[in-house]
Amino acid sequence: MKFSGRAWVYGDNVDTDVIIPARYLNTSDASELAKHCMEDIDENFVKKIKKGDMIVAGYNFGSGSSREHAPIAIKASGVSCVIAKSFARIFYRNSFNMGLPIFESSDAADDIKDADEIEVDADRGVIKNLTTGKIYKATPIPEFMQELINAGGLFGYAKELLNK
Amino acid sequence: MGMAVSQKILANKSKKDRVDFGEIVLADVDLAFANDITAPISVDFVKKLGVDVFDKDKIALIPDHFTPNKDISSANQCKVMRDFVKEKDIPNYWESGEVGIEHALLPEQGYVKPGMLIVGADSHTCTHGALGAFATGMGSTDVGFAFATGKSWFRVPESIKFVYNGKRNRWVGGKDLILYTIGKIGVAGALYKSMEFSGDAIRELPMEDRLTMCNMAIEAGGKNGIIEPDDVTFEYLSERGVLKDSYEVFKSDEDADYSDIVEIDVNEIEPQVALPHLPENAKGISQIGEDIKIDQAFIGSCTNGRITDLRIAAEILKNNKVAKYVRLIVIPATVDVYKQAMKEGLFDIFLEAGAVVSTPTCGPCLGGYMGILADGEVAISTSNRNFVGRMGSKKSFIYLSSPAVAAASAIAGKIISPDEVIR
Ligand code: SF4
Repeated sequence: MKFSGRAWVYGDNVDTDVIIPARYLNTSDASELAKHCMEDIDENFVKKIKKGDMIVAGYNFGSGSSREHAPIAIKASGVSCVIAKSFARIFYRNSFNMGLPIFESSDAADDIKDADEIEVDADRGVIKNLTTGKIYKATPIPEFMQELINAGGLFGYAKELLNK
Repeated sequence: MGMAVSQKILANKSKKDRVDFGEIVLADVDLAFANDITAPISVDFVKKLGVDVFDKDKIALIPDHFTPNKDISSANQCKVMRDFVKEKDIPNYWESGEVGIEHALLPEQGYVKPGMLIVGADSHTCTHGALGAFATGMGSTDVGFAFATGKSWFRVPESIKFVYNGKRNRWVGGKDLILYTIGKIGVAGALYKSMEFSGDAIRELPMEDRLTMCNMAIEAGGKNGIIEPDDVTFEYLSERGVLKDSYEVFKSDEDADYSDIVEIDVNEIEPQVALPHLPENAKGISQIGEDIKIDQAFIGSCTNGRITDLRIAAEILKNNKVAKYVRLIVIPATVDVYKQAMKEGLFDIFLEAGAVVSTPTCGPCLGGYMGILADGEVAISTSNRNFVGRMGSKKSFIYLSSPAVAAASAIAGKIISPDEVIR
């Protein structure tokens, strides 16, 4: 799968409270959550972004609470994927479970500037900066994660396990 | 090469002799739980699979975040949880009036034992490691998976050993030790790793303070926090009627492989305050410098809402008044804490001082309701996160501290050391 879009660049430690504030956690409806995505870090985020755009950030993206509402909100807002130096661990596994593609790459995170046009080849983990022509490689995902994806996510995997 | 305690528990629960860092294991879970915010998605997962939960007694559902329900949507979320509990006849459910904050309630009621593998759909599940369990927070879907299958997958973490030696100064408790530690290593200092707390000063530490420390492992990015069981643990358990032969004690091997060993001299630590907007901005109270005026003080949460926390706050608030224009909100973390505080006359002290005392709930900790901050307001809070907007307006400021510092600051109307109230 390939994604392409504009980069929206943020700093380190983007936490789940700014991705989706608790005041909106009285629902798990994706389209409702999407309306408030990134609101506390960038008030007009939802208005500005176009479908396919990406979030690029520093280290520890998604730190804080275990709320799955965070990857749900990002995905439902139209963002195609998140590229960061590193991800907080609960966010990392939630993203897989929610089907939000995420890519870990220090080089890309350091290098990509706000408004750069980016293309990501998800299967090969290759990130291309169309604005500068630079190419970066994302850290490969663990084999087990690939198995999970192949089984159709955690749901498919649960089915397999229960039918054993 | 030996194994660290976290590794040992994961090996035991995945029926292996040994597990190594980075290895992914599918392990048997002893306790899986979710709260009113996270449960609906977990419930959905189980329902879609069309199966029963793997073991009713190993599941807990705890409506603590917005209890009693704050609005229609949160009432509906709770209803999803309650209907599921009724349908599956799940015993471990507490209604408003019985419920407390999950991470205070479960250990207090004897649900947490050494050697257990615990997953919770809440990031502060790491709290339970204080009793020598491997406990970690996950998303709702992962916990739904555990509800259905009794299993969860884990990437075996490397461990960092923190060794605390020396004697604690006056007013210094678990909260100060952990804030100091996060200040030292940063909010991603233990990313993906297990934080093992050890040393003489930990052996001296009461269980409540240990729970506070493990609670905030996640604030350093940790996967879990853990403390090897000792006499303090065994006594805490026996007070709760937990029989010694009902659990297994795991300890780290002498030659365990740690990714890092961090030595901390406790003598050096004074009461800590974490400045906005990250827990890693921790400073000794004498190092803050300028006067920081506050609008609100909050004493409660899964970090510091236990009886010992309220006792310290009461000690400081006794015969004192909260400063003019300052709101002090006190929330006992569980019903047992609430009853005990009432019995000991602590509420009289709080109310005389001019505080608000609420029934157990997460309340202002996550800015959901009760004690929301306005634009530009400043709060001192005994909770665990001071992120932007965490307690209300994104233009507000949160300082984290122990109950002692929060209580003293409420009296002064600015952040001060408890020494300035009680010499
Ligand atoms: S008290 Fe705060 S940190 Fe603890 S479970 Fe509740 S919302 Fe989360």
